[in-house]
Amino acid sequence: MSLSIENVAKRFGDHAALDGVSLEARQGEFLALLGPSGSGKTTLLRVLAGLERPDQGMVRFGGEDLLTMDARARRIGMVFQHYALFRHMSVAQNIAFGLQVRPAKTRPSRAEISDRVEGLLSLVQLEGLGGRYPAQLSGGQRQRVALARALAIEPRMLLLDEPFGALDAKVRRDLRGWLRRIHDETGLTTIFVTHDQEEAMDLADRVAILRDGRLEQVDTPEQIYEAPASAFVFDFVGDGVQAPGEVAGGVLTVEGWRTPAPVGALPGPVTMSFRGENTDMLPPHAEGVPARVISVLRRGGLSRATCEIGGRTLVLEAPQSLAAPGIEVRLAPRSYLLHPR
Amino acid sequence: MSLAPSPPFTGRPRRAWRKDSVLPGFPLALGITLTWLSLIFLLPLSALLLRPWELGLSGFWTVVTDPRVLAALRISFGAAALAATINAGLGLLIAWVLSRYTFPGRRVVDALVDLPFALPTAVAGIALTAIYAPNGPLGAPLAELGIRIAYTPLGIVLALIFVGLPFVVRTVQPVLEDLDREVEEAARTLGATPRQTAWRVVLPALAPALLTGVGLAFARAAGEYGSVIFIAGNMPLRSEIAPLLIVIKLEQFDYAGAASVGLAMLALSFTGLLLLNTLQGVLARRGRA
Repeated sequence: MSLSIENVAKRFGDHAALDGVSLEARQGEFLALLGPSGSGKTTLLRVLAGLERPDQGMVRFGGEDLLTMDARARRIGMVFQHYALFRHMSVAQNIAFGLQVRPAKTRPSRAEISDRVEGLLSLVQLEGLGGRYPAQLSGGQRQRVALARALAIEPRMLLLDEPFGALDAKVRRDLRGWLRRIHDETGLTTIFVTHDQEEAMDLADRVAILRDGRLEQVDTPEQIYEAPASAFVFDFVGDGVQAPGEVAGGVLTVEGWRTPAPVGALPGPVTMSFRGENTDMLPPHAEGVPARVISVLRRGGLSRATCEIGGRTLVLEAPQSLAAPGIEVRLAPRSYLLHPR
Repeated sequence: MSLAPSPPFTGRPRRAWRKDSVLPGFPLALGITLTWLSLIFLLPLSALLLRPWELGLSGFWTVVTDPRVLAALRISFGAAALAATINAGLGLLIAWVLSRYTFPGRRVVDALVDLPFALPTAVAGIALTAIYAPNGPLGAPLAELGIRIAYTPLGIVLALIFVGLPFVVRTVQPVLEDLDREVEEAARTLGATPRQTAWRVVLPALAPALLTGVGLAFARAAGEYGSVIFIAGNMPLRSEIAPLLIVIKLEQFDYAGAASVGLAMLALSFTGLLLLNTLQGVLARRGRA
């Protein structure tokens, strides 16, 4: 079933948490909501779960109007940032909760519930830990219990709020691959919120980037990295540098460097963005943006130099001859992006 | 710097009952604790324990099995248990309202809850009597319906509810405020109705605190004297509480008899509190271990 969000807005007092967001997700898609804190991504997730009621807009899921349904009836599994496990219940009781609260007519039998719990415990690789209490588990294990609990109700869609936010780096990487496998196995439409661009780019089929309650760009990770729709997106999804410039009469001027403007560039003030891996470092008499080497880090046969360009820094690979602090250089981007300023 | 020389190795690890803590000087801290407890609690209590034996075992037994004493104990502890049970529900409700809703005057209501702590209990007893007496503003209409509150065991329960309420509210409220709202939201997304969420998720999380509060309210009510004697009517066998009986015996210079009733009360209270604390400990451990 596909999800369609149309022009959803939500205000908290004076603050517009969501300001007209429209978004589609295909059946079985793994979609990341990426943005800095306060960008509205969690609010959007809560609207989908039914925990927040939008002021306007439409949310349809498989032809159904989700907004007319209570959170209880939506059958959308949600994994909360801090897991929100029931601490007085054992792991098995936590997982079984969603089945046990069903009305007697649709509630599976005791044996079925216990079978289902066993199946989920092995899916999340926590066999034999059903009798433990959440307080006796590590962070990564709690995370997996929360996921198993959400999957127990056979949800039609899975929502995850910063699923790895509270875990250390190693556990994060392990769980990431594992979550992707679970998604591929269950085939559920999955939407997860993160502020970690690497996580979003690694994991998702498509990434939706939010800023101040608005959608900046929705695209595949490759497209977002290669063709960011705005200077904000460029800055958010990778390391690079942005310098103010000007396009006039077919000429682009950046930090005193003049070069023919790309075809179709609109005249006016622009932001020029480029990444270190697409940039060559050249001697000072060559063509390029003037810069100065601040520090050099040698690792193996390579030198990585940190350069300063008009007060901003960029890290890139440097040829041996230029890899010394204090040297004036020119930086020639092999490719760059211009966004109106 | 440590105040004590390091303990000699005795072959057994000593850490078992002494955990590292931020409080410095364990010997000093424990010393003060024990001295203080001895002076304040153990000394008077041991006097209470020793005094009744002046009568001999059979004398003690005669005193505590006297029908008037038995009736008084039944009334004191029965009314205290009933009041504590009512306070469990009422206090939970008040704590819920105070921590979950904002309404004009919330702070005033919040402060009012503590009033039974501060008010001399005799004042509370007199006020309750004035209101619920057969000629009082609430007592008169109730009397017409055939319900008498003042000068009956009902009045005792009422006074005990009054003195016990803050114990329940003040133990439950902070736990309720700390309770993670996400847990309730999780229950909702899993399909639980509000009632199921309250019963299966919120209440079990509150149970240890609620039990503690009920235990305190019960203990306080069992020994309550000041507010009860005004409203109870103090009819022997019917509405006479055990603490009053102790005072009566004291006035008759029957010190050993008074101590015997006191000892019986102590034993009953201690048993009740021990049961509640054990249950509370079991409930609390589940979530922490």
